[in-house]
Amino acid sequence: MRLLASLLLCLCIPAAWAAEANAPKLDIGLGGQCVKDTQWMRKNHMHLLKHQREETVRKGIREEKDALKNCVECHASAGDNSVTAREDSFCVGCHRYAAVKIDCFECHASKRKATLAKKDEQ
Amino acid sequence: MSDINTQRRQFLKTSAGAAAVAIAPGMLLYQVAHGNTQAASSKVRWGMLIDTTQCKEGCNDCVGACNKENGLSGGTKATDPQWIRKIELKDIGSGRVTSLPMMCQHCEHPPCVDVCPTQASFKRADGIVLVDRHRCIGCRYCMMACPYKARSFVHEPLENQNPDVPRGKGTVEACSLCVHRIDKGQIPACAEACENKAILFGDLNDANSEIHKKVRSVASVQIRADLQLNTGVRYQGL
Amino acid sequence: MADLSALRSMNRLFYVLLALGGLVALGGAYAVFMMEHHGHVISGMNNQIVWGMPHVFAIFLIVAASGVLNVASIGSVFGKAIYKARAPLASLLSIAMLSGGLAVLMLDLGRPDRIIVAATNYNLTSVFAWNVVLYSGMFSLVIVYLWTMMERRMNIFNKAAGLAVFAWRFILTTGTGLIFAFLTARQAYGSALLPPMFIVLSFAWGLAVFHVVQAVIYAWNEKTLDPAILHRKKNLLGVFVIGSLYMVAAYHLTNLYFAHQTAFENFILRDGGMFPNLFWWGYIVIGNLIPLLLIYAPGLGKNKSVMAASLLVVLGAFALLYVFIIGGQAFPLSIFPGYEVSSSFADGQIASYQPSLYEFLLGFGGLAIAFIITTVSVRVLNFMPQDKPYISD
Repeated sequence: MRLLASLLLCLCIPAAWAAEANAPKLDIGLGGQCVKDTQWMRKNHMHLLKHQREETVRKGIREEKDALKNCVECHASAGDNSVTAREDSFCVGCHRYAAVKIDCFECHASKRKATLAKKDEQ
Repeated sequence: MSDINTQRRQFLKTSAGAAAVAIAPGMLLYQVAHGNTQAASSKVRWGMLIDTTQCKEGCNDCVGACNKENGLSGGTKATDPQWIRKIELKDIGSGRVTSLPMMCQHCEHPPCVDVCPTQASFKRADGIVLVDRHRCIGCRYCMMACPYKARSFVHEPLENQNPDVPRGKGTVEACSLCVHRIDKGQIPACAEACENKAILFGDLNDANSEIHKKVRSVASVQIRADLQLNTGVRYQGL
Repeated sequence: MADLSALRSMNRLFYVLLALGGLVALGGAYAVFMMEHHGHVISGMNNQIVWGMPHVFAIFLIVAASGVLNVASIGSVFGKAIYKARAPLASLLSIAMLSGGLAVLMLDLGRPDRIIVAATNYNLTSVFAWNVVLYSGMFSLVIVYLWTMMERRMNIFNKAAGLAVFAWRFILTTGTGLIFAFLTARQAYGSALLPPMFIVLSFAWGLAVFHVVQAVIYAWNEKTLDPAILHRKKNLLGVFVIGSLYMVAAYHLTNLYFAHQTAFENFILRDGGMFPNLFWWGYIVIGNLIPLLLIYAPGLGKNKSVMAASLLVVLGAFALLYVFIIGGQAFPLSIFPGYEVSSSFADGQIASYQPSLYEFLLGFGGLAIAFIITTVSVRVLNFMPQDKPYISD
């Protein structure tokens, strides 16, 4: 039993290396820590967003730090101002890697507000 | 006064200025970043009083402002969403012509909220009737139930939405009373855009508000008052 | 040897039918994909006609699914032997049509991927939400009912299950009627007559579908239906058709009596272009008068004419639902009574609606689902009515 476990563990190590090597290189935009540390956010951002969306839409509590809009402001690419436009865009790159469908940007803007406003004026 | 002194003063000035430039946006950002952390209060009842005598026939300023604010295309095809529209009325008996803007009436007892199977249609504590697009499955029952045809269905995929007004294909939407502006302390875009001040926005419950006083002093009606929905939008001069 | 080759050709026919059904269902799937991808803009539905052709199909299937159980109820609840022999087939048809109808209804949603939200966020005041419970309850109840009939050891519960199904389907069709009855703002709907009207309509439509399927199954098995049984069942269809005609007449006549509703009735019954045509020719003549003639006229009322009458009743059902659902929405909502109104949002105008191919594909896809479920089940299980020598009860 123990042997089996250790064998499995050994198998895991190269898998972990491989995962590290294949991990997506993201265009993180401005980046930096805003809400919580990176690891925590990787794991829990969806809960935060889901919680916040109920608070904002249904109760009118607008904690902008936790708003998706605010995430986009920082994490949109410096090049194209978007979190979804390219393969390595902040949201798309990781979600594609994890094979999780994003359902946010059918309704929410995936670009910085400033760039959208500028486009509007043109 | 020596040169050194002047230089030192100059230096202090610049660095203070630089520091201010460096810190100020941070402070501004801090304030903005916190937004409105208060929940909408049930003591408030947002509403509008529309003075039809001041509404000009053929003027579409409120509609244009709404489209711009909420990122609507402004198209008027049968499949295009319209959150606010101008209606021209002609009294069949007397022939008197009236013009008025029509939008979600933000009922106290909204039929759309009653019929929505998923509670996507809901009334916020401050009386604003909204669609929670995270829950909307696009059954369109609310559109069948609304006596004012206030709701539209998004028939096509959208992109480049206003970050403050998320909207997307397959869900139902309507006038939100510019809830994102109200939460920032601003008034709805249509009320702001109306040159004749035909749209008065405010808290119907607040005894000191202009709308409260005016609703008390001038005759106003609710559209389809027979349905007893107690609308938040009232009309004057009908 | 000849027998064997006949069997083979029947076998082949079965697979051909199945393939055809599958093809139509695939067409429905294609329509769903296209509507998901491009949005409802490719359908004929719009902001004025929010429910279109898919809803006509879905509501027909759901109403008929409830009505077809009438055959089973007369057997199980009222103990009539010839109906009891047909209860399994009726239950099967009910499940099949319910599946088809619900599939159409769900796949027409703007966000069918979120259907689970309907279960996780339940709104107690919504008739739609009630119907979610009513439909799924009906589904499981009919399966239990079938089980009590087809498993000998469960036979003792048959009467109880039959009673439960009997009660449930009344509530279910009431729920379907209430979807419209609660729309107080619209002239076409918002009438307490609608739930009973839908119940009586369901009897006629369900029995008509049952007749068609029964005739096909008898032909397939090269058997002939006892003329005495046919006679009883065609009379029942006649009574149901007359009953539904009465309910529809009562609905329109009460509307005509209210002054604020006359404009709507004039539109639906006289001025509305295709709607009066569909109503008078499609529903009244093709869906009621000709079937009644086929059933009751001396010399008619045999197998073929009952089959034809049943098919015409089904056609009439579609005509009536089209007039009811589309016509009801096409007539302008009365927001400002006493005024002539105009706007960019079709206020005061009769809304136009051109059903698109995708809507028909989706609707026929629903029919195909019902067809496939029926065909396969009839093939693998014994749903053939087993009549004892006919005794009048």
